[in-house]
Amino acid sequence: MASSNAFGWAATDASGHLSPFHFTRRENEADDVTLKILYCGVCHSDLHTVKNDWGFTTYPVVPGHEIAGIVTKVGSNVTKFKEGDRVGVGVIVDSCKECESCQQDLESYCPKPVFTYNAPYKGARTQGGYSNFVVVHQRYVLQFPNNLPLDAGAPLLCAGITVYSPMKYYGMTEPGKHLGVAGLGGLGHVAIKFGKAFGLKVTVISSSPSKESEAIDVLGADSFLLSSDPEQMKAATGTMDYIIDTISAVHSLVSLLGLLKLNGKLVTVGLPSKPLQLPIFPLVLGRKLIGGSNFGGLKETQEMLDFCGKHNIAANIELIKMDEINTAMERLSKADVKYRFVIDVANSLSSTSNI
Amino acid sequence: MEHPRKAFGWAATDSSGILSPFNFSRRETGENDVTFKVLYCGICHSDLHMVKNEWGNTIYPLVPGHEIVGTVTEVGSKVQKFKLGDKVGVGCMVQSCRKCQSCAENLENYCPQMVLTYGANNVDGTITYGGYSNFMVADQHFVIRIPDALPLDAAAPLLCAGITVYSPMMYFGLNKPGLHLGVVGLGGLGHMAVKFGKAFGMKVTVISTSPAKKAEAIQHLGADSFVLSTDPHQMKVAMGTLDGIIDTVSAVHPLVPLLGLLKSHGKIVMVGAPEKPLELPVFPLIMGRKLVAGSCIGGIKETQEMIDFAAKHGVKPDIEVIPMDYVNTAMERLLKADVKYRFVIDIGNTLNPTS
Repeated sequence: MASSNAFGWAATDASGHLSPFHFTRRENEADDVTLKILYCGVCHSDLHTVKNDWGFTTYPVVPGHEIAGIVTKVGSNVTKFKEGDRVGVGVIVDSCKECESCQQDLESYCPKPVFTYNAPYKGARTQGGYSNFVVVHQRYVLQFPNNLPLDAGAPLLCAGITVYSPMKYYGMTEPGKHLGVAGLGGLGHVAIKFGKAFGLKVTVISSSPSKESEAIDVLGADSFLLSSDPEQMKAATGTMDYIIDTISAVHSLVSLLGLLKLNGKLVTVGLPSKPLQLPIFPLVLGRKLIGGSNFGGLKETQEMLDFCGKHNIAANIELIKMDEINTAMERLSKADVKYRFVIDVANSLSSTSNI
Repeated sequence: MEHPRKAFGWAATDSSGILSPFNFSRRETGENDVTFKVLYCGICHSDLHMVKNEWGNTIYPLVPGHEIVGTVTEVGSKVQKFKLGDKVGVGCMVQSCRKCQSCAENLENYCPQMVLTYGANNVDGTITYGGYSNFMVADQHFVIRIPDALPLDAAAPLLCAGITVYSPMMYFGLNKPGLHLGVVGLGGLGHMAVKFGKAFGMKVTVISTSPAKKAEAIQHLGADSFVLSTDPHQMKVAMGTLDGIIDTVSAVHPLVPLLGLLKSHGKIVMVGAPEKPLELPVFPLIMGRKLVAGSCIGGIKETQEMIDFAAKHGVKPDIEVIPMDYVNTAMERLLKADVKYRFVIDIGNTLNPTS
């Protein structure tokens, strides 16, 4: 096995500060695809991980699970991909492949998923996409449609699938229905785009008045609801068929549930660090539901990418250089980005290496 | 007198909840009305909440009872569906707006102007009086036919307890052979959920805090297994085994352990309504794509469908028939859950008007 064949940026302690890092990736085996990484999105999970917010980070860790690049090598069993293909890798790089979830193309619910970074795997630990290349089992590699740009498409591999999957599963796709998108960040802005592509009326629900003009003029939402304004919230009572809740801070479910019509559905994809308070009466009196969802399976992720190719949907990104990552992380912690940072890996990583 | 016809029943007159004989009046049989002699009325826990003004909205004097069965004595000129002598029943509602989306979709129970069978403001400006009385007058739309195959006394609790569990079991797909259903709480609602579950061909597990209920649940009600929710080991063994849960418990209780019992993609439906919010950690919902929903009784069409299903499949509530003057004792026992599993008042034989 080659030693220190890979290069990226890693966090080495819970300060979360990232810096150049040489490490070793495994060999490309029969079922594997090697891709040269061109771009990698910066997901809020990357920030949580480098700072050990969830308590299970093992350092050093190279984050990044919105990876887009070009195939440079394929193993002998690989038929779906060839050298030069434009591909992506998302939240997981392996799963058990045998359980009911894996067999139903729901790998995101496998009890033994292998996350793209910070996971034990084949005697080592997985390292993510803030690096020059990655080796991945073909089943967990996605094909980019020809017309989908790699830079703006990269965030679809986590943010995109994380909202697309529940919108499909919970039936939030009936044209003419009214979708509320709570929280306007990486996930929220993609939910608006999917909502419009499904033919829904879309209202952005946010506590920041400054987001209103962007939501409507740039992102195409139909309306904006300021959640901190009780009059506006009252007027919007019982007007929405669906809500995608992307808010990761602890927040009130009561007020969101009140916005739903009879049989309304609220799907939560944000990960607040503390439990929320769930009032039962609104659920019972309106036959409403609150459900969760966890990114998505590989088949569905491919379907989502193809849908984005067909409808010209990509993320709104701010392209950054590798050595700007720490500043980007700080800005991300203040939600100061419209709406995803993407690292221009191919053009800015290698120059930061000393060897 | 409010209305032209003298009526007699038992009412609570203050929040002590003690019931006593009560003379009142009912309207003439209108052109759309069905008048029937009440033979039996089930005692629902809602009756107990209402006589004691626990929800803060009780109008005294209150004649409770919304699991009412009897035989038709008169029909209005526009009534085609029912005739003299027919065995009929009335459940939780006696009117709705008949014009809104909910009413149009046979979901009168979710109509914002739905009129409850007792203690509610009716469209004519009077208060409704329930089934602890000698006769009822109700709009034919809200009258249910009781098939001959169902004994009248046992049929009564189906009109609230039955529909309250049947409706969500149908709507949320917890009605398929081979699926594994959990039933939390073994009272009026819970025992009906067990019976419907078995009639649907499901595997049924009762989850309860009372070890004494195990033998009953399995040997008498036909449940396949029993989990003592206060025993951590039993709960651990049962984790990830249930496709769905019907939660009938109205006291505040922890959701987290119940969510753990669900398989991925599992659903928990609340039909009891705790008045305080429950703590909801979002992680389990997201990791397992699980959902929490609520449901409130059922529409009229569905109530008739449920009664016909019960008649066809021999799904009968387990009841304790009591004389009218036992009602206060019955209420005390109900408070301690000392009934298997519904009291039914033998109105026809024991409600005697005072002169």
